[in-house]
Amino acid sequence: MATGDTGNFGERETYLNKEYGIKSWLLSVDHKRIALLYLVGITFFFFIGGFFALLIRLELLTPAGDLVQADTYNKLFTMHGQVMVFFFLIPAVPAVLGNFLIPIMIGAKDLAFPRINLLSWYLYIMGGILMLYTILAGGVDTGWTFYVPLSTEFLKTNVVTAALAVFVSGFSSIFTGLNFIVTIHRMRAPGMTWNRLPLFVWAHYATSIIQVLGTPVVAIAIVLVALERLFHLGIFNAALGGDPLLFQHLFWFYSHPAVYIMILPGMGIVSEVVCCFSRKRIFGYQAMAMALLGIAVVGFLVWAHHMFVAGISVYAALIFSLLSYFVAVPSAIKVFNWTSTMYKGSITYQTPMLYAFGFVGLFTIGGLTGLFLACLGVDIHVTDTYFVVAHFHYIMVGGMVMAYMAGMHFWWPKISGRMYPEGWGRLAALIVFIGFNLTFFPQFVLGYMGMPRRYWDYSRAPEYQILNVLSTAGATILAVGYLLPMVYFLWSMRYGKPAPDNPWNAAGLEWTIPSPPSTFNFDEQPVVTWEAYNYDEIKQEVPVAH
Amino acid sequence: MHISPVATANHEAHENPALLHHFATVEQQKDAASFGMWLFLVTEVMFFGGMFCAYLVYRYWYFGDFGAASQSLDIKWGAINTAVLICSSLTVALAVRCGQVGKQKAMVVNLVLTIVLGLVFLGIKAIEYKAKFDEHHIPGQASFHLEKSIPGHPDTPVNQPHAQVYFSLYFAMTGMHALHMIIGVGLFAFLTYKAWKGAYSPGYYTPVENAGLYWHFVDIVWIYLFPLLYLIDRHP
Repeated sequence: MATGDTGNFGERETYLNKEYGIKSWLLSVDHKRIALLYLVGITFFFFIGGFFALLIRLELLTPAGDLVQADTYNKLFTMHGQVMVFFFLIPAVPAVLGNFLIPIMIGAKDLAFPRINLLSWYLYIMGGILMLYTILAGGVDTGWTFYVPLSTEFLKTNVVTAALAVFVSGFSSIFTGLNFIVTIHRMRAPGMTWNRLPLFVWAHYATSIIQVLGTPVVAIAIVLVALERLFHLGIFNAALGGDPLLFQHLFWFYSHPAVYIMILPGMGIVSEVVCCFSRKRIFGYQAMAMALLGIAVVGFLVWAHHMFVAGISVYAALIFSLLSYFVAVPSAIKVFNWTSTMYKGSITYQTPMLYAFGFVGLFTIGGLTGLFLACLGVDIHVTDTYFVVAHFHYIMVGGMVMAYMAGMHFWWPKISGRMYPEGWGRLAALIVFIGFNLTFFPQFVLGYMGMPRRYWDYSRAPEYQILNVLSTAGATILAVGYLLPMVYFLWSMRYGKPAPDNPWNAAGLEWTIPSPPSTFNFDEQPVVTWEAYNYDEIKQEVPVAH
Repeated sequence: MHISPVATANHEAHENPALLHHFATVEQQKDAASFGMWLFLVTEVMFFGGMFCAYLVYRYWYFGDFGAASQSLDIKWGAINTAVLICSSLTVALAVRCGQVGKQKAMVVNLVLTIVLGLVFLGIKAIEYKAKFDEHHIPGQASFHLEKSIPGHPDTPVNQPHAQVYFSLYFAMTGMHALHMIIGVGLFAFLTYKAWKGAYSPGYYTPVENAGLYWHFVDIVWIYLFPLLYLIDRHP
């Protein structure tokens, strides 16, 4: 096993060819193999959730409720939300890319707790099976938020299994976060100081803090909902004097920071990609790292902005509105610093960079419209309209999924040992960008015009149709944009050009080891003597794409 | 590129068989394990925190009703259980100490004692739960009835729905706590077996120490539950 050999994929022993057979995967404690196990599960649920989204968009093509009726429609958007949030968005970047890269980036052989890492995958799959059971057994229609008293008193659908699915997958998330925090604290290579950590690692550190502190709270909230359904406890039951608002507080205490679980790892990816393809150091490294932590901390103090019209006191609303504005400060620091990093950089336009451009622009739109919603007056006008739907899809799909795609393309050569086809990659990035904006920009307008979310039938307001048609058209384009990478990634695993150790001439420990890495990542303990993103010391350009 | 990997792999002079491949030293491994356990306890604090938050709100809203409902609990059993748990904290601490100094037999004894005390606690909890069922103090049931008056106001009967909120919290909080006790007892059964087989030594007793941390945490939860559920409005 020789470090530094390039291109002789298949002869050298790697984590991929070390052992064969289903058992060597399902019982593997190698963080890289577990990352790929997650990739399979996450991709599966992404397409399940996407399928529900397409049905929703098809129904809204015409004003009348013709494809599905109200009950089915309620289930569609509920299951779209639950599958996408809990089984794709939250685990996607940490569990796949974070799992694969964090130990390598800090110069470790594995995460601190490899067996807990495998356990967290099994918990994810158990949660996933419960979710699939919920879907196949007739679905659930609480909305992804499980609001009481709807979920506890009124619905006859599979609320308890859906709640259990979220609960179990939540433990998977907790264990991943816990593993990352301990790994980043205790497993760094000699010389890998906190100020030399790649921002990808900082981003996951901030994410993990939210996972560890927030997830248990939604877990107990959901357990209490299940207990109310099963045993008629009265903690949220207004008939006994319980408070349904308390559920919303507990739910959003996690579920607002959960938005940052989704976006922070994406910010980490974009920092890596922007530096590499601008051939420059990150602008303001420490500000970037502190902004990540700042978002994580302030993100815990804004949850009640989801409840401005739910009957909270006006003083509480004022304070939460103000605190919500504060999140914009670290977020803006990040956008400014990415832009400053690109300024006077030698920019090249490889696929990961295209996605990173998309991320910065769309995240900015999503973030700015978030400020509209933090403003009490505007929020009351657009609450529960498509404006809100468009806003959070700009963050989650325009932000997080774009970043995820950027990361998948950037590190695919390292993960698979193969290059993806660059031309197809750029085309797919363009299709995703166009499809995304066509899908969700009209929804801003629809929402401002007053179209409420979660309606299957708008036949009393047929003037909404043209924008809905545009949105549905965009969704089909977006679907093509997501299917393409799926196809060419699979294709490249067999037919792609073997990847060199460092196809982008990028900085970072992960590019100093062979592609794909060997099981223990490093043959010898690396010692770090340089800052992150030392592109001024790396003279080479990014190799020209083929 | 810039890396000239230096061979600094810090191989221990005496390879400890418990040292996993991805750690450089036993200290690093032990550090990581106890840090991980403390973090897990943080998640547990947040988990129980949700219910304590609910308790805080409703205790403030339904002050007198909570006091009245609390009086229906048997303070004798609660006090005995508190003592039982404090004793079990001692036996767990002794078991960890036995690990440090390598007294295998004493460790097994202390672990078994911990399990016994845990089971005593759960048994008493079962007696208490049964009493609640017999007295129709089960929230959400049509038969729910609590014959108490607000403490200090003998003519004001307790509000029946609000008393049910109290009992909802009582069952949710003590139930979650009991679940953690059951998991702990299972954990200690496993550790007893391992200790009996001689798996732990002064060089490696991290699992015992971590399980001990968990057990102390579960005890501390009870130290809060006991006054909040049993001891409010007990002044004569």
